[in-house]
Amino acid sequence: MSFFKKAALAACAIVALSGQALAEYPERAITLIIPWAAGGGTDASGRIIATLLEEKLGQPITIVNRTGGGGIVGHQELKTQTPDGYTIGVITTELSMYKSVGSSDLTYTDFTPIGLYNADPSAIFVRADSPYKTIDDLIAAIKKDPSAIKASGANFGGNNHIAWISLVQLLGAPADKVFWVPTDGATVSLQLLASNAIGVAISQFPEAKALVDAGEIRPLAYLGNERNPKQPDVPPISEAAGIEFAVSGWRGIGAPKGLPEDVQKKLASTLEEVVTSDQFKTFMDGRNFGVIWKGGADFEAYLKQRDEAFGAAIKTAGIKAN
Amino acid sequence: MNAFVEALSLVFNLETLLVILASAIFGLFVGALPGLTATMATALLVPLTFYMAPIPAIAAIIASTAMAITAGDLPGTLLRIPGTPASAAYVEDSYRMAQKGQAGLAIGIGVIGSVLGGLFGFVFLMFTAPALAKFALGFSSFEYFWLAVLGLSCAALISSGGVAKGGLSLLLGLLIAQVGVDPLTGTPRFTFGVSELTGGISFIPAMIGMFALAEVMRTGRRFRLGVPQANVRNPFKGVLACLWKYRKNQIRGSVIGSLIGALPGVGGDLAAWVTYSLAKKTSKTPELFGKGHPEGLVEAGATNNAALSSSWIPAMVFGIPGDAVTAIAVGVLVMKGMEPGPQLLTSNPQNFYAVMLVFVIANILMLPLGYIAARSARRIFEVPRALLNAAILLFCIVGSYSINNTMFGVTIMLALGVIAFFLEKSGFAIAPIILGIVLGPLVEQNFTTSMIITNGNVLGLFERPISAVLGIATIAVWSLFIFGSVKKTFRPKEIAGETL
Repeated sequence: MSFFKKAALAACAIVALSGQALAEYPERAITLIIPWAAGGGTDASGRIIATLLEEKLGQPITIVNRTGGGGIVGHQELKTQTPDGYTIGVITTELSMYKSVGSSDLTYTDFTPIGLYNADPSAIFVRADSPYKTIDDLIAAIKKDPSAIKASGANFGGNNHIAWISLVQLLGAPADKVFWVPTDGATVSLQLLASNAIGVAISQFPEAKALVDAGEIRPLAYLGNERNPKQPDVPPISEAAGIEFAVSGWRGIGAPKGLPEDVQKKLASTLEEVVTSDQFKTFMDGRNFGVIWKGGADFEAYLKQRDEAFGAAIKTAGIKAN
Repeated sequence: MNAFVEALSLVFNLETLLVILASAIFGLFVGALPGLTATMATALLVPLTFYMAPIPAIAAIIASTAMAITAGDLPGTLLRIPGTPASAAYVEDSYRMAQKGQAGLAIGIGVIGSVLGGLFGFVFLMFTAPALAKFALGFSSFEYFWLAVLGLSCAALISSGGVAKGGLSLLLGLLIAQVGVDPLTGTPRFTFGVSELTGGISFIPAMIGMFALAEVMRTGRRFRLGVPQANVRNPFKGVLACLWKYRKNQIRGSVIGSLIGALPGVGGDLAAWVTYSLAKKTSKTPELFGKGHPEGLVEAGATNNAALSSSWIPAMVFGIPGDAVTAIAVGVLVMKGMEPGPQLLTSNPQNFYAVMLVFVIANILMLPLGYIAARSARRIFEVPRALLNAAILLFCIVGSYSINNTMFGVTIMLALGVIAFFLEKSGFAIAPIILGIVLGPLVEQNFTTSMIITNGNVLGLFERPISAVLGIATIAVWSLFIFGSVKKTFRPKEIAGETL
């Protein structure tokens, strides 16, 4: 190869490289890590977001379900990626809990928050023939002896468990006496409730809706501060018991720590368009998922607040992973 | 009746039929590729269903799943790479049949048996859906525990190579299932500080390694391992005669499959193992099982597909999905305004019937597509074994990589493949290991859950009626076996005494 050819090649390479640096993000495919299995709510909402983001960003988005360890594997994977905007991920409620529970050192500070797109309060369910006719009956029973009520709703130290502890705590009953039956997921707990193996199930509403419609189980109250317009007959716990309730499930999009500011802004503004779009609302509505938007700094403040609320409940209850 | 006519018009229009055909072909390809699963096929289809009308959207999911699961038997038969946990139950027989030159017959039994099982499931569901759903809803962790133990017992007791070796294989599977984070407390077990092991050992790379890689190692050095195939012109020749011969197995498999399949989370994987054991126990020639005998294949294959249909029932009636596929399907149903629940049968019966019709069409479509697949598949046997092994090895690697998109899956596949190779050399069966990996977590989780509920009282396992029946059945199976072997051990001595 002659000197001139080499020089020309080098020049081309330089032009190509500088062109790459100047071009606007994104200029190649993006990977979206979902820390939960295909088919769940996180997966479904993550996939619709990916589809809509793809249209707006003009680049394909590859979805990778990195499951295991109660979401730890996927969150950890996202944390260790290069913060260039080409690997982003769905981050979920569990991130507010890992550190307090001691299962992992991961916290929201390991990520660049891009935007919150969903928050759903759980609800309390009992069997149709349960002795607890109203939420007041249950509150009285909790105040009397929380250890006599077998409750379940996914894993030990999970969102629903923390919510149940938080409730017992706020009612002034001994939260360390809670009888929690850990399971693999809320639907398993609902099956335990329907088959009369436990007394109370804590679950988000969509998962329980079919069983409620079938007359097998009854909702007693929402574990939130507002009435759900779609379920006007179910009182929020704030009304029924006069307490402020701050433990709820959430889902958002995050990136590894240290994402360049322009990339973060670009992603946040595009995600805002997606989350506030009618298409997204229709989809989330259809699945009974609540839509909420908080971008960048707002999302970070929200995460900080969750960290504290979850931390308090977890600490009082003494939940610790070994 | 009006609703049924309306359902017909919902299904028999160009859009829906085209969607069904396209999804079926898609499912066939995904299912036939080792390592790619029905779950993956379904998840890939979901974004497309956003743009479809409700019925075609559901049709796409149903058609691709049904086809992918049936097509999963193809790599099992041809290459000894089972596609699903359920098909691992009978892969030994279908693969040995293909090695004997009966690949067409084995695939034909799979396909036609599937169609019959699926159609049986359909008729069964038409009449029993609500009752079946109610029955399934009565099952708690107590009943599931016994059911899983019963399944494990079957595998150990009928294993080829004897109960002792079968039991050891099973224990190895259970040990592998222990690796990872404790499902209830989140404590890491046997992870040795390796973060990738916290996710546990995935079942797909384990299965690919133990069946396919071990076989590659066994046959690897032989360049010519001619397997002339019979019935090349018509691969399905003789299938119906075979199914008729084992019609009892076909019917029993379908009935049991429909019942067990309706149990969310357990059914689909477990049913085929139970009926395969049952077929062996009641067979006149149990010694032929695992060596290329169609009897178990007929029964377990029928079970597999009947279970597939009924696994939709708890999902549709109570919104409790049993596996990833039905979970995704429930998501699509909800999104299209057909929320699962009893009102699906009452307020919009035309939608329910339409979904059922799609099942029938998808099942019937399996015949021509399966026939084409079987005809083209036989060409695999014209390739010299050593070259074929290179391709299989490639599939093993791609398949185990694709589960989590990490090289770790490949490592697992290689390690377990080598272990399985040496185990097989010493006469240990592989199937019980796989069953241990699949059912281990179920046994453990349901036991722990039950013990937490009863505050550690083991007798609580017998307090609920169905649970008590299942528990006593399990204990009876083991007592009969132990009693039988004790008798066998002592009888020769008595005879010896008499002659003296």
